[in-house]
Amino acid sequence: MKEEKKELLEVHYGKEQLYNWHCGPYWSKFLAEIRDNEKIYGIKCPKCGRVYMPPRSVCGRCFTEMNEWVELGNEGVIDGFTVVKFPYINPSTGEMKNIPFTSVWIRLDGADTCLIHYLDEKDEEKIEVGMRVKAVFREDKKGDLYYDIKHFKIADRFKYD
Amino acid sequence: MGNRVGIVGVGQTHHRSKRSDVNGQEIINEAVSRALAGAELTIEEIDAVVIGNMDHFEGINYVDMWSVDGSGGYMKPIMKVTTGGTTGSTVAAAGYYQAASGLFDTVLAIGWEKNSESDTSAAIATCANPILERETFAGAIGPLAAEYSMYMKKYGATEDDAHLAAVRDHNNGANNPYAHLRKRVTLDDVRNSPMLAYPIRLLDMCPRSDGACAVIYASENKARKITDTPAWVVTTTTRHDYTHFGDADWTIMQTLEEASKAAYKKAGIKDPLHEFDVMELYLPASSCAVKWMESLGVCERGEAPELIREGVTDMDGELPVNPSGGVICTNPIGATALIRVAEAALQIMGKADKRQVPDVEKALATGFGGCSWSDVMVLSSSKPR
Repeated sequence: MKEEKKELLEVHYGKEQLYNWHCGPYWSKFLAEIRDNEKIYGIKCPKCGRVYMPPRSVCGRCFTEMNEWVELGNEGVIDGFTVVKFPYINPSTGEMKNIPFTSVWIRLDGADTCLIHYLDEKDEEKIEVGMRVKAVFREDKKGDLYYDIKHFKIADRFKYD
Repeated sequence: MGNRVGIVGVGQTHHRSKRSDVNGQEIINEAVSRALAGAELTIEEIDAVVIGNMDHFEGINYVDMWSVDGSGGYMKPIMKVTTGGTTGSTVAAAGYYQAASGLFDTVLAIGWEKNSESDTSAAIATCANPILERETFAGAIGPLAAEYSMYMKKYGATEDDAHLAAVRDHNNGANNPYAHLRKRVTLDDVRNSPMLAYPIRLLDMCPRSDGACAVIYASENKARKITDTPAWVVTTTTRHDYTHFGDADWTIMQTLEEASKAAYKKAGIKDPLHEFDVMELYLPASSCAVKWMESLGVCERGEAPELIREGVTDMDGELPVNPSGGVICTNPIGATALIRVAEAALQIMGKADKRQVPDVEKALATGFGGCSWSDVMVLSSSKPR
């Protein structure tokens, strides 16, 4: 019997719908303070004392409302990092990410949790867990965490730039 | 306590990087048909269906509806469960709960994915806060890589410690006809494979696969009629922690630690290293194969690199881990954690062929999902108390 040749089709879709994400009062204040004053704020749980960054209304561990805003440093310590070298799509834009980039987990001075942001150093040999880093702000700002803070820089090199 | 429940049938596809020869319904149907055939049951004998896959991966969100023709759920109670990476193990837990409730005699649990239909890392990145974390959150690979940088710093572990676990899983996978990657590798192969995200290399990381898995649960009376060797469910436990990835201490896996502790307590297990005969663990990267052994209480904190180096978790070691090749060899994500349960059940049933560990009486299966969800399930050859 002659085997029938199978044609297997693939249908491509490119565009998805757009989303509007609501920040709510806590994230709004957090982003506005960065935009207007170059200040990064956390929020303290009245029960366990943890300082959360980004701030949010409820401490998940204690299930307690939080209202005590704490100004954090614009510097902190690298908790962990990776230099991303594989290609993938940024799901928020539909565009390919620019690689390589360094994703760095920073415990800002005064915070108990980490901010995940860019580090401008892309050579893993030159980055170490425990290094101090400092935020680099843009002149023009628009309330976008990953625009207003351009990236972080290794702090002890910062003064030589 | 729920009623006693056994796993009586297991089916999975031959997992591949791309199954363009079938659509989603059809790949689900392959696994379901194989599970039914294995248990010598017909779809009429199935009382309820639980199904899950990853949100956003295929761009079709009502999977419980559109999969019906393939799943066998027509005119049956179906529930969809999707919990990210743990979907498969949460589907497994939900199927077990339904059977253990006494309301259903036979429950079919299905996990599936066609990763090849979209960009996996982009789809996974949608789990991160879009305003405050997603920008530099590179799918699963980025945060797992950053986690290992923290662990290496704290305990002096090395990239080679992780590579050795990758060698173990890849070489085990060569014995599994269903595995997606079945090529034996050496330590040098892993060391020299391309860097995806420092310190994780290509051969350290799970692939993206197309595949499906189905597991059939039966109540005690029904199970006895179906098979002489059911894999009895002793217990299952789930723990979840934070919304934000930056909140956790990533040098340990707290949810896995808490979930396994609670499960061991319920199962009366005091010494997991010696009391389990095999573990099928959701280890998405070789770095997890190191540090999560500590969270599972198999060794003390910081001791996992030595455990791996000494071969304790090899096929001929004290506690074989991932005889199937694990997630590093096969990863249709919504099915991945259910495959752990299925493979652990096959070990108990003595049906794991070339990847069989001799005389398995107790097995552990786990699931892992983002930020950070851990499921564990304990299976046994003897009926639980």
